[in-house]
Amino acid sequence: MLLDGKCPSGPLSEKWDRHRRELKLVSPANKRKYTIIVVGTGLAGASAAATLGELGYNVEAFCYQDSPRRGHSIAAQGGINAAKNYPNDGDSIFRLFHDTIKGGDFRAREANVYRLAMLSNNIIDQCVAQGVPFARDYAGYLDNRSFGGAQVSRTFYARGQTGQQLLLGAYAALMRQVKTGTVRLHPRSEMLDVVVIDGEAKGITVRDMVNGHVGSYAGDAVCLCTGGYANVFYLSTNAMGSNVTAAYRAYKKGAFFANPCYTQIHPTCIPVSGGHQSKLTLMSESLRNDGRVWVPKRKGDKRASHEISNEERDYFLERKYPGFGNLAPRDIASRSAKEACDEGRGIGTSGFGVYLDFEDAIKRLGENVIRERYGNLFEMYERITGEDAYRQPMRIYPAPHYTMGGLWVDYNLESNVRGLFVLGEANFSDHGANRLGASALMQGLADGYFVIPYTIAGYLARTQPGSAAAVHPEFKKSKEDINSLTKKLLSINGKKTVSDFHRELGRIMWDNVGMARSEEGLKRALELIPELRAEFWQNVRVPGGGDDVNQELEKAGRVADFLEVGELMARDALHRRESCGGHFRVEHQMPDGEARRDDENFCYVAAWEFRGGNKEPEMHKEPLVFENVELAVRSYK
Amino acid sequence: MLIKNTVGKKIIMAITGQMLVLFIVIHMIGNSAIYVGGLNAYADRVHALPLLVWIFRLVMLMIFSLHIMIGIELYLENRKAKPEGYAVKQDLRATFASKNMLWTGLLTGAFLVYHLLHFTFQVINPEIAALRIHDAAGRPDVSGMVLQSFQNPAVSSVYIFAVIMLSLHLSHGIQSSFQTLGISNERTLPGIIKTGSVAALVLFLGYVSIPLLIFIGVMKG
Amino acid sequence: MNLTLYIWRQKGPDKKGGLQQFKAENISPEMSFLEMLDVVNEQLIKIGQEPIAFDHDCREGICGMCSQVINGVPHGPQERTTVCQLHMRHFKHGDSIYIEPWRARAFPVIKDLIVDRSALDRIIQAGGYISVHTGGVPDANAVLISKKSADTAMDASECIGCGACVAACPNGSAMLFTAAKITHLAMLPQGKIEAARRVCVMTEAMMREGFGNCTNHYECQAACPKDIRVSFIARLNREFIKAQLKDTG
Ligand SMILES: Cc1cc2nc3c(=O)[nH]c(=O)nc-3n(C[C@H](O)[C@H](O)[C@H](O)COP(=O)(O)OP(=O)(O)OC[C@H]3O[C@@H](n4cnc5c(N)ncnc54)[C@H](O)[C@@H]3O)c2cc1C
Ligand code: HEM
Ligand code: HEM
Ligand code: SF4
Ligand code: F3S
Ligand code: FES
Repeated sequence: MLLDGKCPSGPLSEKWDRHRRELKLVSPANKRKYTIIVVGTGLAGASAAATLGELGYNVEAFCYQDSPRRGHSIAAQGGINAAKNYPNDGDSIFRLFHDTIKGGDFRAREANVYRLAMLSNNIIDQCVAQGVPFARDYAGYLDNRSFGGAQVSRTFYARGQTGQQLLLGAYAALMRQVKTGTVRLHPRSEMLDVVVIDGEAKGITVRDMVNGHVGSYAGDAVCLCTGGYANVFYLSTNAMGSNVTAAYRAYKKGAFFANPCYTQIHPTCIPVSGGHQSKLTLMSESLRNDGRVWVPKRKGDKRASHEISNEERDYFLERKYPGFGNLAPRDIASRSAKEACDEGRGIGTSGFGVYLDFEDAIKRLGENVIRERYGNLFEMYERITGEDAYRQPMRIYPAPHYTMGGLWVDYNLESNVRGLFVLGEANFSDHGANRLGASALMQGLADGYFVIPYTIAGYLARTQPGSAAAVHPEFKKSKEDINSLTKKLLSINGKKTVSDFHRELGRIMWDNVGMARSEEGLKRALELIPELRAEFWQNVRVPGGGDDVNQELEKAGRVADFLEVGELMARDALHRRESCGGHFRVEHQMPDGEARRDDENFCYVAAWEFRGGNKEPEMHKEPLVFENVELAVRSYK
Repeated sequence: MLIKNTVGKKIIMAITGQMLVLFIVIHMIGNSAIYVGGLNAYADRVHALPLLVWIFRLVMLMIFSLHIMIGIELYLENRKAKPEGYAVKQDLRATFASKNMLWTGLLTGAFLVYHLLHFTFQVINPEIAALRIHDAAGRPDVSGMVLQSFQNPAVSSVYIFAVIMLSLHLSHGIQSSFQTLGISNERTLPGIIKTGSVAALVLFLGYVSIPLLIFIGVMKG
Repeated sequence: MNLTLYIWRQKGPDKKGGLQQFKAENISPEMSFLEMLDVVNEQLIKIGQEPIAFDHDCREGICGMCSQVINGVPHGPQERTTVCQLHMRHFKHGDSIYIEPWRARAFPVIKDLIVDRSALDRIIQAGGYISVHTGGVPDANAVLISKKSADTAMDASECIGCGACVAACPNGSAMLFTAAKITHLAMLPQGKIEAARRVCVMTEAMMREGFGNCTNHYECQAACPKDIRVSFIARLNREFIKAQLKDTG
């Protein structure tokens, strides 16, 4: 089946306005009769819930943390892009659009990306009005910096805590609606199922993480804003609780999962220190503005960094990509680091690391400037490693960070299941095969503040409010399914812990479905993952019961889903016999090692349909059409 | 309403506290007249204005009552807000003084009752009461009363102990009142904290010296 | 290294709790504190016991979820560091470590080291925002803000809402948390408009939730992982006085 993204026709720059004009509205008096369920309170979820509440809808907001303010967006450090062109350095909506399309290696929808670039400016205005304390210059104007993959300074930032500040802005807006009574909060609640009635999403099934109660919530539409699934790798920069469960259970209820194999490996993370490691910490890539990445030229050179003279160092990004240098896009920077380490030139005891060196920047700008720009990042580095990056170079290594894949949505952010909307990182929409830095925050907020309020009305105007009550048999069935899943997990009582399985899955994924993928490796993963999954269901041990706080039970449910989505990722990666963006197939590279895209055969979105536990999923294609940019070889040389 | 709000209550505490501090300072200066033999003259001059004295006493009473009532209320609320402590607790900034404000305050208050009965209403040692005994100039002999009282070790100890309580109360209270009134900021707070302690120390020395010097016999009647 | 842990265990909100002793063995100095607890938990699971429940999520010091009092100090001995960022290199072989939950009436224990901090959300809900509608706002550079004000606003809004200030405060006061939000918004022209109302409703919410009064112990600042300063409390007080003087009606 060919999927239709429902992109409006007409000139690129007019599509969104025209579409907005044509979308139906819900009258103010009727809005409160509609209940909208918003799962997730990261940037996408909090902004959506706040805005929908403000419009007068009845909103139920859920998150698994104890407060909506803790959605994982809070961890974003670097910044958020916008085409304001305040520095007058040649930026424009079209350029941001073009950079994003190109950064995504021409695997995203033009119309979506253009809309995102347009809305980027409104986002900054909105956030400033909410009191987000973006960095400013001495004259009181907003300050910008440059970020990976861009040649203009278009990134707005709030120290190294941009995501936190943006989220607190959205959270504040959300709390304001909670006060007015339009939004009801459900923290410490984990969504475990979507209830689909006659092909339309009408509610969700949720486990109260405090008392274990499994309950139903009915609504007229459901918005999933549940973030990404990079934790399938076990070690990633995501929060411990980040999961694929919400998205995956929706997939099992009929929503298509698009481009699951597109994952981003972030180049600047703190290297793994040992087997106990529970997560990896990102060092914002803004550091690459001033830091220089290098490894020793000679293999196996284990001397301390200061003993290696400048001539003996290989500043490999500057050498290979003189145009962008240390600011090359993430996938390129990550792969280059991996290559250097694979050649045996990695640094540190493990050999899996490269230097990020501030010596020159400190000489040029002085330690104070560096401290002002990155002080908190240096401190964070020091906390974790015990090393002082003002005195010795940082050690960094790539780590799984972001998933471009996600539930398939059309231009309205609606999945193929009617009434099921997907926002933020949980959808697949705007980043193609690779995401540029500082663009995920932009997307989450664009979706939540400015897209969904319009497009959801288009859907709701066509449905009767309150058409599904939680007494419908589908709700009961969903609850029973979840309860029996819980019972099953608690009853296996095997020998291995949930984390044992997760770690093992992570290793399989990293080795075979990681930065460089081969047909052989992917096929191996497709054998290993089902084996591991089978063992999981025989041999996992989940202690405790189902009717109070049980963190192992929560983890078990999530890992069970990771064990399935991992397979889907491998399957998708295997089918995509080309290299593009974050998806690099070793069989498909240029003689110089660059990615070789195959536009003739793979210029489409691969959306997978679940067809039952023992059947292979079916792939549907959404062809990608480029009318406004030329499909070019993505070169950052 | 100030008195119903958590910050409002503290503001009342701070204002009444600062007024009390003001009184304490003046009282100390007045008492110091004893060193130059001028206490009787000072007391006489003050008592020459009975109306003012009684207005002053009334105001003081109100200030004290407010300070004590709200102080007790704050304490009870704070205790309720922290029903369970820690098995191990390490204080990083809180001091003995800051944690015992109610007790140092109440002990000062108890002393005050005694002190008023002692020196103002003079019902405790009527045999030396300045109300009846007059000096050569025909003024009530406040100085003599004080000097005789403090030769008694029990009386001196009570005074010295009370002054210690008061100083502890103020070592936290003075700087705290500035913070409560929002007069401090990042730059000035460390200075205010230091000044508060120094002021408490000065008051301590000013007050403790009288009973101490009399008791050890440096100052004689 | 090997450690002896004394950890608060409590089955549920209304159950009685107590300290329980555990051994943590072969702990490497590279581990974070929470990774050390992970190791203990994995062992507990393997011997058929329930693992210790504790809150955590980002593990990089920003979400504010982690919350443990370690040897009598919320977030442990290292200054300006959350539990999740605390590393075992700050402990020695043979150390005894006491781990307890945040304590305050407004933070009832849910299980073991997990407490309910939703009272903080309700303080924000009372007025910790700028009442702006989505869309229809001026250009971001239309209102200039001095760098100094923006920086102070940022200093204050770095608060991660962890509640360590409440846990540290002998009075269980949420003054530092509240003051941080008041300061953040009062520093910005957009936030000034509602400043008087905000400080009143937020402090009232604080009382309603059962937090104590601030008597200036300054423990909160010492425990705060984000270096939120008590000077913000002075600013809150200032804002409150201003509000009183303004609002005489
Ligand atoms: C360390 C780090 C740094 C980053 N830096 C940047 C940056 O500088 N610039 C940039 O643009 N992007 C950055 N990103 C990416 C960006 O932060 C995320 O992609 C984006 O914030 C995702 O937002 P979201 O709202 O889609 O999801 P999230 O913020 O992840 O929120 C997910 C929400 O869903 C809830 N949830 C999830 N599952 C369930 C469930 N089953 N039941 C109930 N609730 C659930 C969670 O409680 C949470 O509230 C960074 C990411 C990381 C990890
Ligand atoms: C060593 C110390 C002190 C000495 C020698 C001293 C002496 C006196 C004397 C002589 C009087 C009576 C004056 C008069 O009636 O003419 C007096 C009154 C008083 N003193 Fe003190 N005093 C001392 C400490 C204190 C302290 C520590 C306090 C408060 C905490 C205090 C509070 C008062 C008050 C409230 C009065 C009553 C004033 C009035 O209304 O008349 N004194 N003191
Ligand atoms: C009966 C006597 C008293 C009682 C019960 C009492 C009690 C208290 C209490 C409970 C506090 C609040 C605690 C705190 O802020 O940390 C306080 C504060 C204070 N007290 Fe007293 N007190 C008494 C007498 C005095 C006297 C005699 C003085 C001064 C001379 C004084 C000066 C202050 C000051 C300056 C504060 C600080 C206010 C603030 O923090 O803003 N008190 N007192
Ligand atoms: S003020 Fe500090 S201690 Fe208190 S909640 Fe905020 S970050 Fe935590
Ligand atoms: S410790 Fe508590 S008393 Fe005030 S200064 Fe901090 S809130
Ligand atoms: S786990 Fe997020 S701050 Fe510690």
